[in-house]
Amino acid sequence: MSDADLRDLYQQVIMDHNKKPRNFREMDNANHLAHGNNPLCGDALVVFVKLNGDVIEDVSFQGSGCAISVASASLMTEALKGKTLEQAEEIYQQVHKQMTGEEADRSALGKLEVLSGVKEFPARVKCATLSWHTMHAAMDSDHDISISTE
Amino acid sequence: MSVLDIAAIRQDFPILDQQINGYPLVYLDNAASSQKPNQVIDAISDYYRKDNANVHRGVHRLSQRATDAYEAARDKVRGFVNAKSDKEIVFVRGATEAINLVAQSFVRPQAQVGDEILISHMEHHANIVPWQMVCEQTGATLKVIPMTQQGELDLTTFDDLLTEKTKILAIGQVSNALGTINPVKEMTAKAHAKGIPVLVDGAQAVPHLAVDVQDLDCDFYVFSGHKMFAPTGIGAMYAKQELLEAMPPWQGGGDMILSVSFDHTQYNELPYKFEAGTPHIAGAIGLGAAIDYMHKLGIENLAAHEHQLLDIATAKLVAMDGIRIIGTAKEKASVLSFMIEGVHPHDVGTIFDQQGVAIRTGHHCAQPVMQFFGIPATARASFAFYNTVEEVDALVAGIKKVQELFA
Repeated sequence: MSDADLRDLYQQVIMDHNKKPRNFREMDNANHLAHGNNPLCGDALVVFVKLNGDVIEDVSFQGSGCAISVASASLMTEALKGKTLEQAEEIYQQVHKQMTGEEADRSALGKLEVLSGVKEFPARVKCATLSWHTMHAAMDSDHDISISTE
Repeated sequence: MSVLDIAAIRQDFPILDQQINGYPLVYLDNAASSQKPNQVIDAISDYYRKDNANVHRGVHRLSQRATDAYEAARDKVRGFVNAKSDKEIVFVRGATEAINLVAQSFVRPQAQVGDEILISHMEHHANIVPWQMVCEQTGATLKVIPMTQQGELDLTTFDDLLTEKTKILAIGQVSNALGTINPVKEMTAKAHAKGIPVLVDGAQAVPHLAVDVQDLDCDFYVFSGHKMFAPTGIGAMYAKQELLEAMPPWQGGGDMILSVSFDHTQYNELPYKFEAGTPHIAGAIGLGAAIDYMHKLGIENLAAHEHQLLDIATAKLVAMDGIRIIGTAKEKASVLSFMIEGVHPHDVGTIFDQQGVAIRTGHHCAQPVMQFFGIPATARASFAFYNTVEEVDALVAGIKKVQELFA
């Protein structure tokens, strides 16, 4: 690791999404939601999803966490809005690959590629994946559920 | 600044001499676990190279030497806390195990529905959860001494919290999250005036304060070795002899018995009644070596050097913009918890690590403290006697780097 890795991790896009998270709100008419917790560092967030058929009509989140977890959640909401469940699943898989150091499909990732810096920081991968796991849990369930990453 | 030759002392700690990410390691996570001097590492490896055998058993020479070394370590622990007798020193895995032992073997058998267990708001989870378990098992209630915004115990209601239903007062001597030194001697006297026994959790105190259990007059004093330059997996419990005699054993097995038949087992004498199974012999010997090492340097000298570092670091952080110190008690030891405005402690930890500076970020196993201050976590620097003023400067440089990056 080096200072360059640090700058890769805390890129301008990440810092911007941390300061001004997008879709950072409660959603009254969500039909899927899940709570995500990282007990080790105290990150806690809720992901709200409004599905219309198999299209993600709206997705938002609330909570608190480090820059990496907040930015990752914010970027996720931007990336998933308007996508079908199948497309969302594909993006989820590619994000997971890139964060764990596997070869990922860059065209599917787009802006989400800024999250790739996290793979140099194994202790921080959980921060970046929390919102994604929470979103996944929300999709899989039609009632409020809680997940936890450690 | 110190009567200690810190450069020479650092030579005793081989782990400190390394680079992390191209920077010299600055180890400021001593409250989580301290580093070990060669004297401790050598004592452990010498034991395994020359004396290793089981204790209190064979008549052969190695077993005798292992037993002698193990019991000599017990006597060093006795001297370290100034207990009257070796019978009052029980080796355990650490402070956590000792608190569980007292909870299950001393409090649980006498606690009933409606009884109370009194702790404080600033306890480590190890001094919360074992008592919650006893409460679940017996129907007793957990009571909590409040604290102030400075991170000191608020003792205005203390007298009222000590009631005829209180089965034990269990209190940390030094807070691991805040660094606060609590007035445990005065609190013990007040509890004893009402006939309430007292456990002092010394895990965070023993590396920094000279401990005298007879002066404190507490009934139980527990600590871990690894926070005081000894190995992990070993610690000690001091308990007054008459209490240990009355308590049932906690775990059963070999070594804690005098005789066993299927009809009846006669328990061993103190302290062996509480040491079932083959103990962590090498760990105890390492703990003894750590005590020798601390005595050689002088515990007062170690404390004075650390205190100077804490004062210097505190003054530097107070002078910086955007820093909030969590825990500003008048009496503190070693610990400097802080928040950098607008930055989550987890990000702070990663950026520090990039510069070779090891600090703890998180809730420090004291989530009620975090809830009290309305924060998810803190960044925590904690000092030991081998730290230097230059390392305090590295801490300050780390904070500036974070602020730069998050500007």
